Formats: sequence, structure tokens, C-alpha cells
Amino acid sequence: MVTVSTGSTTRWTRELAWEAAAGVLDPEVPVLTIEDLGVLRAVDVTEDGAVRVRITPTYSGCPAMDTIRADVERALAEAGFERVQVELVLAPAWTTDWMSESGKQKLADFGIAPPQPREHGGVVSLSLSLRCPHCDSPDTRELSRFGSTACKSLWVCNACREPFDHFKAH
Amino acid sequence: MTPELSGGRPATAGPGTDKSASYALCLGDDALVMAQRLGEWIAAAPQLEEDVALANIALDQLGQARSLLGYAGSLMQPARSEDELAYFRDERDFRNVQMVERTWALPGGTGSDFGVTMARMLIWSTYQVELYSRLASSADETLAAIAAKAVKEVDYHRDHATMWVLRLGDGTEESRTRMQAGLEAEWGYAEELFDPSYVDQELVADGVAVDPSVIRDPWNSRIDQVLAEATLARPEVSPVRGGGREGIHTEQMGYLLAEMQHLARSHPGASW
Repeated sequence: MVTVSTGSTTRWTRELAWEAAAGVLDPEVPVLTIEDLGVLRAVDVTEDGAVRVRITPTYSGCPAMDTIRADVERALAEAGFERVQVELVLAPAWTTDWMSESGKQKLADFGIAPPQPREHGGVVSLSLSLRCPHCDSPDTRELSRFGSTACKSLWVCNACREPFDHFKAH
Repeated sequence: MTPELSGGRPATAGPGTDKSASYALCLGDDALVMAQRLGEWIAAAPQLEEDVALANIALDQLGQARSLLGYAGSLMQPARSEDELAYFRDERDFRNVQMVERTWALPGGTGSDFGVTMARMLIWSTYQVELYSRLASSADETLAAIAAKAVKEVDYHRDHATMWVLRLGDGTEESRTRMQAGLEAEWGYAEELFDPSYVDQELVADGVAVDPSVIRDPWNSRIDQVLAEATLARPEVSPVRGGGREGIHTEQMGYLLAEMQHLARSHPGASW
């Protein structure tokens, strides 16, 4: 049980709560934490000691949100927090620009080409050539603009012939 | 899941929330029914990649529907959940336009037609991009948040539909003929999208809702550009009578609802 009394304790509590929530993995891409993805938006402690966690969906219909919510509740319970509210926020809209550099590296190591920075001005960016996450060749082509989950498209490498997922810039 | 959406609060309190609820209900029903219809293509599309694409588009529409219906329900007295709105309303209570409820068949045909599908997707997603990009600056912060998220998704749908219409229109004689037939079948239902009578003028004046008639011109110029590049002719078809916003639907709506609502009504409260 974590008790909250003074301002500095609250800050410390918030850090512990953030740490617990930040360790939750994305159920669809289990090498990334929700912090790496930018899905975890805020953690604060209310005056009466409840922890409020704000998460945002990647896509409107992301079916992983229920699982993420339950996982956050569980992680915080395990860290000793008894009263937790998980809130879903839509604004500002999630973008792959929020993905951490370490998150992008983890994706590449897992065999998923990470998102490129979005072009500013357009709503959806046009992808330039991607490097194959397997053999690093830039000679790749898009097979399908839609992939196994809403956030990915399907590519193939002309050099090593392996197909790979690309986390779309969004 | 019943998410508490916090993108903000309704700009209008009190009596205005009824109007906002009705408005969000119309847009939510559009997306919900579109999602349900699109789901029919899963495992039936001409190629595996297209199965995946249409399933993804359906999922985006469903996500938008959940946000919009969840919000509409939260403004109702008494409040209603997204599930109650989706599963426990009858046909006459649905406010979607007729375009989204119809099967994918050509008039007189029975099987789903890919030309019809891509024509509808082009018409629909071009409309949704114009709508959501304006609604993203709504004075109602929740509607603005939902739209700002959705516009990125529907922009991608529009790209997808555009690519197919170009490829089929400017393809073989057969593909061009069938793409044109799809357009002719859908065209009469487009008019209903721009009919402003369902939107309360006060909501428009307050900057909460988008007057859909202002979307017509940008929609036309975008569509004309795609059709010209695809060597397709702009159809000359009279608009159908419409009435979806007042709960008047085509014969095909009842069958769609039967399939969508059957489980929830046979086993209320079921979960897995």
C-alpha cells in the first residue's frame, strides 16, 4: 500500500505509478511498452490518493485497448496501488511521431520496419523507400497498404525475398 | 468496454445536448452500418490483401462508430451505452444514410460486386475526409477529438479506394465497364450525404456541427478529378428519395440489423 501525504510524496508516488504503467507491453506488438508507443499519456495522483492513468488508442478501432486497460490496472495493483482509474483520451490524436527512439529500435530488431517521421502538411505521409529489417537492403516494395493490424502495412524485400511488416507513419 | 471518453465537454449544456446527441447518433450510425456491411467482404474479397484491407477499413469505421455512439449515448437522458444503441434499437430508430446499408450487389444482381464496393468506398471516404477534417475544429471538444483521430484513418481509406478506381477504370475494357456500372449503381445515393436537413442550424451556428451542404463542392472537385484520371464518366443519375436520417430505410437494412443484433438480442448481456 502506498500512502500519500505531502507534495513530494505525491510526486514520488506518481513516478512509481508511471513506472508500473510504463512497463505494460502492447499485446499486438509485445516488444514495445505502451510508453514506447506513446499510448501512455499521463499518470497523476488525485488528492485522495487514487491513481489516474490516461491512455490513448493508436487507431479508433484498436481492439487492444481493453487488454491494455486491464493490464495497466493489474500492473498498478501489483505495485501496491489500490485505487486506479484508467481513462481513455482521444485528444490530441495519437501519432507515430510519439514513438520513442528505443521503441523504433526494438521494432526493427523484432523484424518490423519502424515508422518514418510524418511529412508535415499532409494528413497521411507518403512512404519513401524502407529498409528491410532483415537484411538492411533499401530495395523493398509495398505488397499491401493494410497489414495484420490497423497500424501496419505489408512489405517484401526484393533482395532477401522476405516479407516484413511496416509500422505505418500515422 | 464502456470507455469514458474525455476529449473535453460538450460546448452546449442543457437543451443543446439533445441536438448534439442526435447529431453524433447520425454520424455514429453511418459508421456502424458501414462497418457491418464491409465485414461481409472478409474471406470473400478477390485477393487476400483486399480481405485484409477491407477488414481494416471496417475496423476503423467500427472504432469511429463506438466513439460517436458512446458520446451520443452519454448525452441522452437517461444515458445509453454504445451497445444498447447498436443492438437494441429497431430499424426506424437508426439514422444512417441509405448508401451505407445496401448490399454490395448491382441492381438486379445478388452477389457482392467489387466495382460497386470501390465506387461506394470512393464516394463515402471522400465525403468522410471532408466531413471529419471540418469537424476536427468543432466547438464541441469531444466531437473535435473523435474527428481529428478519424480523419487520419479515412484519408487512408480514400487513398485505397482511389487506387482501385484508377486501376479498374483505366484498366481493361471489362474492368472499366464494371467500374462504371458500380458508379452508376451508387451515384443516386450520394445526394443524401449533403442534405443538411438533419443538422440543427443552431449547432452549425455554434460551430459544433458541420453543415454537410458545404462539403458538396470540395467533394465534387475531388471525385471529378479521380473519375477523369480513371477515364470514367460522371454518372447522370437522379438522386434517390433518401430518408435514412428520419429512419426510413431500404429493404436491405432489416436483414443487416437481424444479423448484427441477433446474438445480443438472443442472449442479452452475453460476454466472452
